[in-house]
Amino acid sequence: MSKRRSDWQSRPQNRVRQWFHNGFLALDDEIINQVTKETLRMDSDSEMDKHQEMLDSHRHERTLALERLDQYNIQAWANTRGRKALSRIYVTISFVLAFVMIFFLLRTVATMPRFSDPNAPTNNEVMARYIEKGLEETGAVNIVAGMILDYRAFDTLGESTVLFIAASAVLILLRIDRRKDGTPVQELIAAESDDRHYEPRSDRILQGSAKVLVPIIFLFGIYIMLNGHLSPGGGFSGGSIVSAGLILYLDSFGFEKAGKFFTYKTFSWVSFLSLSFYAIAKTYSFYCGANGLPSGIPLGTPGAILSSGLILPLNIAVGLVVACTMYIFYALFRKGGL
Amino acid sequence: MSIVHNFPFFSILLCMAAGIFTSMFKQKLAKWVTFSVVFAVFTLSAFTLALTLRLDASYPFMMGHFPAPWGNEIRIGRLEALMATGFSGVLLLALIAGFHHSPSFVSEQKTNLYCIMVDLALAAILALIYTNDLFTVYVFIEIMTIASCALVVVRQNGHTLVAITRYMIMHLLGSGLLLLGISMLYGITGHLLMQPLNQAVRQIVQTGNYTGPLTVVIALITSALAIKSAMFPFHVWAPDTYAFAPPLSSAILSGLISKAYIFVLIKFFYRVIGMDVIISQNISQFLFICGSSGMILGSVFAISQRDIRKMIAYSSVAQIGYVYMGLGMGSNAGTEAALFQMLVHAVVKSVLFLATYELINVSGDRKRFHYLHGAGYRNVVAGIVFTVASLSMVGFPFTGGFIVKLNLAVSGMAYGGWMRAFVLVALAVSTLLNAVYFLHTVVSIYRRPSQDIVYPSVVKSPWYAMAAMTVSAVVILYLGVGSQPILDIIKEGLKTLI
Repeated sequence: MSKRRSDWQSRPQNRVRQWFHNGFLALDDEIINQVTKETLRMDSDSEMDKHQEMLDSHRHERTLALERLDQYNIQAWANTRGRKALSRIYVTISFVLAFVMIFFLLRTVATMPRFSDPNAPTNNEVMARYIEKGLEETGAVNIVAGMILDYRAFDTLGESTVLFIAASAVLILLRIDRRKDGTPVQELIAAESDDRHYEPRSDRILQGSAKVLVPIIFLFGIYIMLNGHLSPGGGFSGGSIVSAGLILYLDSFGFEKAGKFFTYKTFSWVSFLSLSFYAIAKTYSFYCGANGLPSGIPLGTPGAILSSGLILPLNIAVGLVVACTMYIFYALFRKGGL
Repeated sequence: MSIVHNFPFFSILLCMAAGIFTSMFKQKLAKWVTFSVVFAVFTLSAFTLALTLRLDASYPFMMGHFPAPWGNEIRIGRLEALMATGFSGVLLLALIAGFHHSPSFVSEQKTNLYCIMVDLALAAILALIYTNDLFTVYVFIEIMTIASCALVVVRQNGHTLVAITRYMIMHLLGSGLLLLGISMLYGITGHLLMQPLNQAVRQIVQTGNYTGPLTVVIALITSALAIKSAMFPFHVWAPDTYAFAPPLSSAILSGLISKAYIFVLIKFFYRVIGMDVIISQNISQFLFICGSSGMILGSVFAISQRDIRKMIAYSSVAQIGYVYMGLGMGSNAGTEAALFQMLVHAVVKSVLFLATYELINVSGDRKRFHYLHGAGYRNVVAGIVFTVASLSMVGFPFTGGFIVKLNLAVSGMAYGGWMRAFVLVALAVSTLLNAVYFLHTVVSIYRRPSQDIVYPSVVKSPWYAMAAMTVSAVVILYLGVGSQPILDIIKEGLKTLI
């Protein structure tokens, strides 16, 4: 028999084995227990109920006894062979179903028109106009930038809103707020002390290389953002490069130094300003377009850096939103705030 | 083109801008901005409805400088305008009736984030109602999915986290299937705009090229939207999510967001694929069977619940079953009944969740039925509103639910043989089951409370919340008494939806 490793319980194989044996219920229970233990807020749903039920228990003895019987039955059922067999059958069926789905989808893809086939249905008048008239109508050498930020700008407005709403959702989930008078709550203190493990301790190699790399990464990201209408790239890719630089800086110099130029206020102001600029600019442009009014935005000479109308400022706006969002994600997952 | 033609576009952009601006506002201002934006959207939609009633056909609106197959487009008809008006009105009532509970589920510093979610959810609902482009559908479904997750998870305890994990898994599966379906459809037709797509689909059906992928595409998109709107076998995420989310979020989720997915599905059937193809591919029969079994089994599950919120959540599954049964009949009459049910259920379910919360609140935050005895006397308005909404759920005459069941039965009568019998029996059984659990609840909130339970001293709810609930109850009664104009709009609107 081979030797078991000391950390075998937390290894993926064991987790899969446990899941296979216990089904989903174990996972649910684990999450519920963990959260109830960890959370400092009173769980008003279950705690209050339990409390009240204890208070007037003599009146509701019968109900409680019935409930206990139910629970006993559930537990007894959970330990029977029948349930284990059922959960195995369940897992088997889901695997079979998944493979059948995969088979059918692969077969469907095999009968679809081939990529780069000149007779494919995708090669129609829509594509033709993008390719032939894209430069003339949008002023962008990079046709993709012209498509996403001019022809189909409404979809892209939606996409940048997706980033914004994702950041807000993570803020709801993870941000730890201070009290009204500005003093930190217990959770925040705990998170900060936890986070000290990740703070760098004047690591010379890391800091030295970050000093060289971060400016280059910033420069490259900004170049990709500003040049989005001329060459492959644009706001989404440039913004994520800039945020990679920011995260590298944070990892090598710590929150204190990064906080000198990037705080929570910076995040909210930058993303607010760029998104509201995007929304207002596009509202104006849509309104003019739909009502047949001239918008008065010059397209410039194709190929020049200041050309293609709104595409350049929109790329900058999208890039700023992406950079801020990625950075705040990192900070929130580390310690619940900046 | 008059200024009123621009109103749908204004309302979408207004909601998105409000979401963005709200991120910078403090609690009170954020709340007021959200309220006024929803009110403005309601007014704008009502004007749009008045405009479209004067037009014979729906009109396209160009989102940008480029005409439709190249740029984005929304298309506004009377059905779309009716849905937008109804949904924004319901959201307005729900906000007035439910927002004063916000301190109980969201901390003060995060209230503005909650407002962002409400604004952007409304933006997504409006965009899904009006859009004429399949990719826009996908983008705004993404926004709606994230917004609904955040709406649930503002209250963080074990129950909501488990519920939301399940919700995320199911909804991401749905989004994945939808994206797969849309990209395959683009691959075999070369279009994303709905009218050219329809022509391309007709050509595929005539020539016989790519019919296999077309079937797969229809199956993928239908199942994606069915998962997202909690159709019966895919409903597993729904009960926990609706039951443990904050009451206002449950009202928005089950009342509005699931309906927006179904509206997209109806648009996909009528405008993109064509109902004849759907019927010939047996998709509608599938929906019919799922819907009718959901009607019955959802009610059976609801009967066995001890927590009142879970009971209402399961009844949502049953009510969505009515929509899918109507849609699955494959006739215009059936779809009209389904659309009317969407409106009725949006009003009824949202007010039901909020009234239930008021009843729970006056019973010391306890949810089991035996603690709720006498709750109807402790909060009189909420008790009456709950009773009216329950009667509508059962299908009592003079309420909206009665008209829904009547229309479903009438459109079922158009069929012969086993299908007619099946529709009538399913309706009868599900009405009976609805009566069992809703009337039981109504009776139990008016029963004499036991002497031993100590209830907290009277918890006063603000007058505006009670007024909003009363308005909802009046709307439910109006839908039962004066529903003919709305049914006419739906009938005409369905013709111009294509």
